[in-house]
Amino acid sequence: MLTELIGKKLQMTQVWKESGEIVPVTVLQAGPCQVVQVKTEETKDGYRAVQLGFEDKKTSKGTLGKNMSKAEKGHFAKSKVDPKRLVQEVPLPEGTSLKSGDTVTVEIFKECSHVDVTGTTKGRGFQGVIKRHDFSRGPKSHGSKHYRGPGSTGQHQGMSKVRKGKHMPGHYGSEQVTTMHLEVVKVEAERNLLYVKGAVPGPSGSYLKIRKSILS
Amino acid sequence: MQLMSSIEKENAKNTGMDHFDVGDMVEVHVWIVEGEKRRVQIFSGLITRIKHGRGVRGTFTVRRIVSGLGVERIFPFHCPNIEKVEITRYGKTRRSKLYYLRDRIGKEALKVKELIGGRRKRQEAEKGSSEKKVKKRGKKAKAERKKRLEAEGKAAPKKKGKKKKGKGKKA
Repeated sequence: MLTELIGKKLQMTQVWKESGEIVPVTVLQAGPCQVVQVKTEETKDGYRAVQLGFEDKKTSKGTLGKNMSKAEKGHFAKSKVDPKRLVQEVPLPEGTSLKSGDTVTVEIFKECSHVDVTGTTKGRGFQGVIKRHDFSRGPKSHGSKHYRGPGSTGQHQGMSKVRKGKHMPGHYGSEQVTTMHLEVVKVEAERNLLYVKGAVPGPSGSYLKIRKSILS
Repeated sequence: MQLMSSIEKENAKNTGMDHFDVGDMVEVHVWIVEGEKRRVQIFSGLITRIKHGRGVRGTFTVRRIVSGLGVERIFPFHCPNIEKVEITRYGKTRRSKLYYLRDRIGKEALKVKELIGGRRKRQEAEKGSSEKKVKKRGKKAKAERKKRLEAEGKAAPKKKGKKKKGKGKKA
């Protein structure tokens, strides 16, 4: 059975336990994904993986695969799969056999207690060191003029240069982040929904990669 | 996002929670656990605010005076521990949040004008006999009523009208 899937973040909400406790959950649309290509030792790739496609690439009128290069179209046509919006490669475990065109659903997470979710965080633009690197702020009063600055960046003699990797202001966000070990609260196979406890990276509607947690 | 709103609706499991409003005196029946026993405790007071709507995330605040000290308790609308909410007095307010009551002392502390018509009238009519029910008007409601009556095997109310007409002619 595969351990990874492509999904989409829907929204955060809350569900109730029988005891009256609130569980903060994120609802994920996990799959269904179609296998676009299978790579094994026998094929020229030389390693085991499958290429999964998620969400049909449709225009508002419902035409499939518009604005797609011939090469891309050909790739989907070869495996007899409708053109997909997102294509990602996931490892194919030993003993699992899939062929192109097969559908993988959220049911692969039915017996798993925790998942890891990879996504792209919200972009925050150019940020100072306090937001970006959790620096602390200087005093606002008592004659202080050191408010939100980065402070000293190095020594004067001896080193006399700024070390590489020094935390500085700059672009923050829009980076790939994996949130590890999120508890699976509910799996809804009919609607391909996965409820995980807590937050996942990125805004609502962003694409995610969901895998069975490597920590459990 | 239509899917999301339907998901939230499914999780909002408590029904019959939309009869009360801000300004009502209520009795909230809550299940509490004492060791191994479970019993219902009643928290009675005035509803001073409804926040975040009435969906899964919505809450309402009940204020009461305990030995001269104001106590506010916030209840989520859809908490499974809430058995029911009973209205003891309908209130009429011109604000949605009754924060001004926090500055009041003594007799005035929970004073809110009583509601006579509107929501109260409707709810009391519903509680009373079904005959008093206000008939829904419009073509759609009429067709639905007819369908329901036919399903129950009763004669459609159309006949009543005919009879009346006949009577009219005789007279």
